[in-house]
Amino acid sequence: MTLGLINANPVVQAKKEGLVRREDQYRDDGVDPLEMTKYVRDIRDPEHPYTLEQLRVVSEESVTVDDKLDRILITFTPTIQHCSMANIIGLCLRAKLKECLQLHYKVDIRVSPGSHADEVSVNKQLNDKERVVAALENPNLRQLVDECIYSDEI
Amino acid sequence: MKVMDKNLGLEEVQKLEGHTDRVWNVAWNPAADGVIASCSADKTVRIWEQSSLTRSWTCKAVLEGVHTRSVKSLAWSPCGKLLATASFDGTTCVWEIFATDSETVSVLRGHESEVKSVSWNASGSLLATCGRDKSVWIWEILPEEDDEFDTIAVLTGHSEDVKMVLWHPTMDVLFSCSYDNTIKIWCSEDEDGDKMVTCSDDLAMKIWKTDISRMQSGEGYVPWTHVCTLSGFHDRTIYSVHWSRDGVIASGAGDDTIQLFVDSDCDSVDGPSYKLLVKKEKAHEMDVNSVQWAPDKERRLLASASDDKMVKIWKLASEP
Repeated sequence: MTLGLINANPVVQAKKEGLVRREDQYRDDGVDPLEMTKYVRDIRDPEHPYTLEQLRVVSEESVTVDDKLDRILITFTPTIQHCSMANIIGLCLRAKLKECLQLHYKVDIRVSPGSHADEVSVNKQLNDKERVVAALENPNLRQLVDECIYSDEI
Repeated sequence: MKVMDKNLGLEEVQKLEGHTDRVWNVAWNPAADGVIASCSADKTVRIWEQSSLTRSWTCKAVLEGVHTRSVKSLAWSPCGKLLATASFDGTTCVWEIFATDSETVSVLRGHESEVKSVSWNASGSLLATCGRDKSVWIWEILPEEDDEFDTIAVLTGHSEDVKMVLWHPTMDVLFSCSYDNTIKIWCSEDEDGDKMVTCSDDLAMKIWKTDISRMQSGEGYVPWTHVCTLSGFHDRTIYSVHWSRDGVIASGAGDDTIQLFVDSDCDSVDGPSYKLLVKKEKAHEMDVNSVQWAPDKERRLLASASDDKMVKIWKLASEP
């Protein structure tokens, strides 16, 4: 699948050092956004040898937690408006979170508003359960996703 | 039969454990009381039977080793002897179910990608399937050729994945709904059944009606009109709705609830309206993927399937 990189010149940020957890904001057995960010920030971008955090695809602002209903919203920012890797990134986020979260959490994944030319269509695909399950059952896609979420830290 | 008793609730009769991954769908056998089949992302189909002695359900058969990916949908033939299963592996399998055994009768190939739904027509002569390849296939069973299947039509009107197909309960009219946000109604050119309910990712249910006598007279294009929208009840995708024979609509959604609705009997100028009868919070630990009423309306049994790997049997009954 090599027709040339979608975005050959990504902007790379330095990796952030430790994140400070806010003590009293979230309940003990729940999750807080900083913890969620730690799970996803080191996912490797499908195209480049950098993490999603380094490419500013995800950041601390990416995660919103509804503590009462156990629902999580992740918004991510593709590096360019016509990024065709958006679906893969969405799958990686979902697959990684499934491992880290208790099963009953509900996760919605969207691109940050205004960050993608086909925002509505991409968001619909990222959250269609049967499409997501079918994609992750596809051995080729699953392998690509696993390479991104299990890669060693840079 | 009127369902207006104020103290009705949904009581959990039994939890059926066994699947090792999310359960996508359940289907009651239309001809054998207390027999229900479930299909799962674990690639298997389980058949559960209620014992006449103990009144509890046990797993009588596991249909495995045929599908290589999620089994998404399943449907019994009207005679109750054949079970069709649709899978993300692109095939639809038809099984013959005997008392102590089961056998694969046919494997229907043709779809280019995941098959998402399967449905038998009222007479059991036709099977419809649909999938991510945007097409709806119609298959005819040939009894004189040892129950082989012949493709008689491939319908390509939808512009995106087709998620579900369902035949009208008495006529050979097929309904399909799609990722392209439309519902299509297909008739070939030569019950009541005049109302249907649909559900969506838009968090609402819609009720539609038609003039059934015009449809039966073979008039050609007979419109379905929107009657009522039920919104504000679920706050996550509604995955399944099913209308019972005694007029109760059940819904199952990503908010883990099962809800029941009935005609509110207070017709206004705007037409009939429906009201909430029961809301079962935390019916499952995770998304409810499917709800299905048992065919015998007297027993008021409802089955549900969930991402939590469970099938549950419920009874609509007066609360103590």
